[in-house]
Amino acid sequence: MEKPNLLYIKELSGGDSIFENKMLEIVKQELPEEIKNYKNFLKKENFVNAADLVHKIKHKISVLGLKDGYQVAIDYEEELRQKKMNLQSKFEEILSAMIIFIKNA
Amino acid sequence: MNCIIIDDESMARAIIEQMCFNNKNVNLIESFSNAMEAIKYLNQNEIDLIFLDIHMPGFTGFDLLQTIKNPPKVILSTSDSSMAIEAFEYSCIVDYLLKPVTQQRFDKAVQKAVSFTKKEKQTTPTQVKDEGESITELYVNIDRRLVKINFETINIVEARGDYILIRTEDKNYTVHSTLKKIFDKLPNDLFLKVHRSYIINTKKIIDIEDNSVLIDSNVVPVSRSNRPELMRRLNLL
Repeated sequence: MEKPNLLYIKELSGGDSIFENKMLEIVKQELPEEIKNYKNFLKKENFVNAADLVHKIKHKISVLGLKDGYQVAIDYEEELRQKKMNLQSKFEEILSAMIIFIKNA
Repeated sequence: MNCIIIDDESMARAIIEQMCFNNKNVNLIESFSNAMEAIKYLNQNEIDLIFLDIHMPGFTGFDLLQTIKNPPKVILSTSDSSMAIEAFEYSCIVDYLLKPVTQQRFDKAVQKAVSFTKKEKQTTPTQVKDEGESITELYVNIDRRLVKINFETINIVEARGDYILIRTEDKNYTVHSTLKKIFDKLPNDLFLKVHRSYIINTKKIIDIEDNSVLIDSNVVPVSRSNRPELMRRLNLL
């Protein structure tokens, strides 16, 4: 399984550590809250709002360099809009990997 | 090109802001997290380019384009490739960036916007600012009189809501206009926009300190994105 990384952020920053820290801070602040909200919506079977959250999270997935994970998120968002959730566990594995990564970053 | 960013995601805004900072063709004026604030701003200010997210809660990027009159050039940014088809219906949209955006792709899109704007200016004679023109002055309407101001006497131009304040060597003039309009009339080699609310005559700089310049007795702020261009123009020892 691919691992989250900072390659995209570093490429964009051109060595600007302020920008790198800012990006990490945004992910650290927003991702746990977005995951919490996504799970709540899922529990209530509110698929539209859950899909909107996946849409938001998927950008963070791509920023952390998870190319395959990004495709999973695209497909899962589409699934949720059709009230299906076959990719749930695969998607949530990606979320767990991201949470571990940002805790150590 | 003066630009704004409209995107509800703070991370997406931060990325485009960084890319603007890395690109010398764009001057980032403001970033907005929602379309309504941006519409209010666009109704009062002239902008050359918008980096616009499509997927925003409540009011989408396309809703915004349908709301504003004479939209400037627009570069869309989105994670949905399926939206591309709808984008072709808007003549103001010059390009379409799929997230995650790379700097190279961003630069290409900006270049497209620059080329589009140049082409339009060439076919709109009234908007042409001839690079080689010998005009040395500007006329402003004050109390129904057209007052002549020589370019070289202007120290600073400040945005003041719906007005601009032109500070010259011996007098100040308040004129109903925008900073963008006057900037288009001023010679590029002499004047520089250093902040969203300030244009300065670079020949009048007394000193520069961190993020400000001193002109006459006025301290003018210099925004981070405009500082490289200012430094480039200086004959540094």
